[in-house]
Amino acid sequence: MVTILGVPLQALLGQLLVGAINGGFYALLSLGIAIIFGMLHIINFAHGALYMMGAFMAWILLNYFGLNFWFALVIAPIVVGLVGIVLERTLLSRLYNQDHLYNLLLTFGLGLIIVGLFRIGFGGSGKPYSPPEALMGALNLGFMFLPVYRGFVLAVALVSCLVVWLVIERTRLGAYLRAATENAEIVEAFGINVPLLIALTYGGGVALAGFAGVLAAPIYSVYPNMGHDLMIIVFALVVIGGLGSIFGAIVTGFSLGIIEGLTKVFYPEASTTVVFVLMAVVLLVKPAGLFGKEA
Amino acid sequence: MTEAQATACPPSKADEALLKVANLEAWYGESHVLQGISFDVFPGEVVTLLGRNGAGRTTTLRSIMGLVASRTGSILYDGSETITRSARAIARSGIALVPEERAVFATLSVRENLLLPPVVKEGGMSLEEIFGLFPNLRERLDSPGTKLSGGEQQMLAIGRILRTGARLILLDEPTEGLAPVIVQQIGRTVAALKRQGYTIVLVEQNFRFASTLADRHIVIEQGRVVDQIAADEVASNEAKLHDYLGV
Repeated sequence: MVTILGVPLQALLGQLLVGAINGGFYALLSLGIAIIFGMLHIINFAHGALYMMGAFMAWILLNYFGLNFWFALVIAPIVVGLVGIVLERTLLSRLYNQDHLYNLLLTFGLGLIIVGLFRIGFGGSGKPYSPPEALMGALNLGFMFLPVYRGFVLAVALVSCLVVWLVIERTRLGAYLRAATENAEIVEAFGINVPLLIALTYGGGVALAGFAGVLAAPIYSVYPNMGHDLMIIVFALVVIGGLGSIFGAIVTGFSLGIIEGLTKVFYPEASTTVVFVLMAVVLLVKPAGLFGKEA
Repeated sequence: MTEAQATACPPSKADEALLKVANLEAWYGESHVLQGISFDVFPGEVVTLLGRNGAGRTTTLRSIMGLVASRTGSILYDGSETITRSARAIARSGIALVPEERAVFATLSVRENLLLPPVVKEGGMSLEEIFGLFPNLRERLDSPGTKLSGGEQQMLAIGRILRTGARLILLDEPTEGLAPVIVQQIGRTVAALKRQGYTIVLVEQNFRFASTLADRHIVIEQGRVVDQIAADEVASNEAKLHDYLGV
């Protein structure tokens, strides 16, 4: 049997793949947070709750409306995005002239309220959600059996990140977003509707969280706290990548997922802390993050 | 000269003002920056706002553009009141600002910077016409905005608003920190825009530059208009101007 540093190659490749899949979730979530931070300059602590809302939307659509995963993949991000736009217009927008700390506290409180409401409505226990039939089964890759659905998640996460990056970097809308991130006042003075851009940005960012929630529903069971543990890691990733850096969020999301996976193979005891150790090192060496710009 | 006299100049065009600012007051927090500014600008005119640093010239431009939240008085543009309008609505009505800091976007290429402001009125320049004024921009289209020299950034800042169809251009310190050869090019551009019928309000520290372009100079001190001097009266008022500007 081929081994690397005493670890069987099969186990190594398997963990690499699992790490990449986790990295897909990290990238989708940190991408949303980075987009929102870039434009609104707030750290969206409600992101985990809205990710959970996306997963619950999938479960509700299936169990109350008979709409399967494919419908949920489209409908849930739209609903979560609309909820985000309502939150931004009715609550967040009132605090833009205040210290950013107030919006941080607001989103933290909103996250707790949303999770609390789902716990009241649906209980705290996990609810099963099966992958769609077309994505059942596993592929024999030679070194491991890859569940088709997990491969699908990895591919979709990669494509989604690429599409979002292209929209931001290559379209007129993306140019408006990047310009407004730099100097919203002048963009407004060009006659561009910046409040609408901000609302769409927040809506789009949390829609990505909702989208990730739907993708996560068949892998993890659906429960109100499902966003909580994941978001602690995602916020660390965003800090490592550089707050507000779109490219940094994507690269760091996937990379750290893989690093976490490899740590599970070589030194499992550190697998839950490796991200935070890396965050501390990056903060010491490059406080603005790997891809962030120094203030 | 009293405020009433200031706003009456020039009397022959009094009913045709494109921009009519009356009793404009503006605040930054507790600071009462503009304390009743009044002046008119007529179609096709180039008018400079002169004064020492802190007199309120930039704030006047920003107030006209709707970028000062706390402002009162009246700003009529093309006969419509804009004092309660947002910056977005004011831009859409055909006023454009080239800010002092140029506000060229670092994360956008020159092409993206040029195409960023939406067309708000018919009659804006095509990219080819803009390149005719600023040939350098054509060669730098794919460069990031902030890789340009100061002069090129100023050309970009002016060029991008010429696409929009705005007819009143507010130029804030367009020659600040630029080499003499670039200052001359900016001067030729302003003169060309004037010939094409653009109306320009210019805030400029460089009086030698402004005096060759402006039809009229409006002197602002401590947030008020204290004098207006027509271009053909500059020579006879040189001592007074030196006193106003502290040069």
